[in-house]
Amino acid sequence: MPELTLVKAVNRALDEALSLDDAVVLLGQDIGQDEGVFRVTEGLLKKYGPNRVIDTPLAEAAIIGGAVGMAAYGLKPVPEMQFSGFFYQAYHQVENHVSRMRNRTRGRIGMNMVIRMPYGGGIRAVEHHSESREAIYAHTPGLTMVIPSGPRNARALLLTSILKYPDPVIFFEPKLIYRAFKENVPDEPEFLPIGKAQVVREGTQLTLISYGATMRPTLEAARDLAEDDGVSVEVIDLLSVAPLDTETITASVRKTGRAVVIHEGHRRCGIGSEVVARIVENALDCLEAPIKRVTGYDIIFPYFSREAPYLINAERVKHAAKEVLEY
Amino acid sequence: MPRKTFDIGLVVEELSILDESGRADAALDPKLPEATLLKMHRFMLLTRKLDERMIMMQRQGQMGTFAPGRGQEAVQIGSILPLRSEDWYSPSYRSFGAQLWRGWTIDQLLLLWAGYFEGFGLPEGVNDMPMSIVIGSHVPVAVGLGMSINYRGGDQVVLVNFGDGASSEGDVSEALNFAAVYKAPVIFLCENNGYAISVPFQKQCGVRSLAQRGIGFGMPSLRVDGNDVLAMAAATQEAVDRARRHEGPTFIEAVTFRMEMHTTADDPKVYRSDEEVRRWEKKDPIMRFETYLKSRGLLNDAGIDRVAAEIEEELRVARDRFAARAVQRPEEVFDFHYAVMPEELAAQKREYLADLQQALAEGK
Repeated sequence: MPELTLVKAVNRALDEALSLDDAVVLLGQDIGQDEGVFRVTEGLLKKYGPNRVIDTPLAEAAIIGGAVGMAAYGLKPVPEMQFSGFFYQAYHQVENHVSRMRNRTRGRIGMNMVIRMPYGGGIRAVEHHSESREAIYAHTPGLTMVIPSGPRNARALLLTSILKYPDPVIFFEPKLIYRAFKENVPDEPEFLPIGKAQVVREGTQLTLISYGATMRPTLEAARDLAEDDGVSVEVIDLLSVAPLDTETITASVRKTGRAVVIHEGHRRCGIGSEVVARIVENALDCLEAPIKRVTGYDIIFPYFSREAPYLINAERVKHAAKEVLEY
Repeated sequence: MPRKTFDIGLVVEELSILDESGRADAALDPKLPEATLLKMHRFMLLTRKLDERMIMMQRQGQMGTFAPGRGQEAVQIGSILPLRSEDWYSPSYRSFGAQLWRGWTIDQLLLLWAGYFEGFGLPEGVNDMPMSIVIGSHVPVAVGLGMSINYRGGDQVVLVNFGDGASSEGDVSEALNFAAVYKAPVIFLCENNGYAISVPFQKQCGVRSLAQRGIGFGMPSLRVDGNDVLAMAAATQEAVDRARRHEGPTFIEAVTFRMEMHTTADDPKVYRSDEEVRRWEKKDPIMRFETYLKSRGLLNDAGIDRVAAEIEEELRVARDRFAARAVQRPEEVFDFHYAVMPEELAAQKREYLADLQQALAEGK
């Protein structure tokens, strides 16, 4: 069982998808000869050739629009947006076609495509390279929004999205942790159900809910709270923010009675807003304290010399957790 | 180094076969089989009469807002003729003629424009895309289809229909560029009908012919008399043949005129003169084609009347069939979002149906 970073795990999933199904094609800017600006597609052009690993002109709308045509034809395109901040150039294709084609054609034409893109801050990048706007896609009917938090689930979720999920998936890759740590990734292809959250740490007194890159500070906070303060903390990794696994969230909060939701995306109408609403709808009678949200603020993502205080760290999570615990 | 002409290897040609009085240029006449010519005439007439019927129904409240296509029948029928059923066709929202030719039933089109999602259901046996409302956004999609054909092999082609207004959209430029780079077997049929709602061609762009757009992206381009069904058929056939030979895309500017309003929701008198409309009446594509057919002895006035009567009957039957199909199935608005409906959506569907039943019970 090899130890892989997240970037290598994504590469492995793409390699496996290309090898298992000849309907799979990758397209994007600099993904072929250059092997991706983050090296995600390393080795794939050499192995599968330019008809399956397609370097495109610099035109996001045509990349996504082209992928719509490919999916309509019966291929399984996996377009890459170089950064999620560039996706707005193609957003209309998502709104006009990707999310609507199955409905528009009464089920005749589905969109088996996975739109991959790195998201999130903390890499000292220029403007438009650090945003977390998953809520936009979670808000769009017809889309599925998946965000892995580590190498093993990234590989499994991506492989599932490409090979076993016939509807369009927006796949956010937490670029801050592309190379941050390694995990054992099984040799055999592994699949995970889309729309199912995971309880990654069990506890009885407090539920922390997060996904993607902020799972690390969340888990760090849980560990500290347990070790330093003796609190029994449960941690949920959502993995998919649309659909959202209400059942897992509700079951946990019914048990603990206390919850904090953590994400880097903006607070207003963010994923946390939806999580809180579902807790209130389904577990209000069990709540011992108000729910807290630890999120990005409702401001333009700060330019990189001032990004640190905007980002989520374990201290911010612990601070909110203590307020909830001491209520 | 002197300044000199840089040869880009492409020029814009203009093609017209039937003159305005319906006389054909014998050397250019594509010499289509008689049965084909009569079928083309029938579909052009059907397209026009469906338009007239729908405008009437819209005025009576039986039809929603839609985009009539009177005057553009030759573009539709001429361009769709060279396509095989396995080829891909991507219509605009004013492509009724071509859609009828491809096998869309009249009652299906009526359902669509009366506001039933069921009307979007694609006909069996052809590779058609649904029409697209957001201008130009379907053009990159057509290129993706073409790239897929190249990937899988075979000699299918893609015909995509859009208008002069769409030519200003970034998506169309991106699509032309992609198609040229990947030699996608796509025929870009730009139907220049003079106006994008109220904005005339002269205010839409700074070029004399939209065919320059194709040239600009590096593909063969042709300007065609869009009210000449023979020229449309010949031009599209040439482009289809080129695509089947894996020689890449073609851009066709079909110059025509929208005789009616943009949609039933606007009044063209606000933005164009009656005099301009009258000028184009003289170039009516059906009249010209009928003159040609008569001159070849394929059709006479009695024959035209007979075809028209048959079409009227067909429309009447289709309207009754449409009325029977236009029954609300409230649940269908939820049913086609995902292959497997997520539980959170299933819960909303139950809520929606319960509310409907409640309203029904209360007689609302």
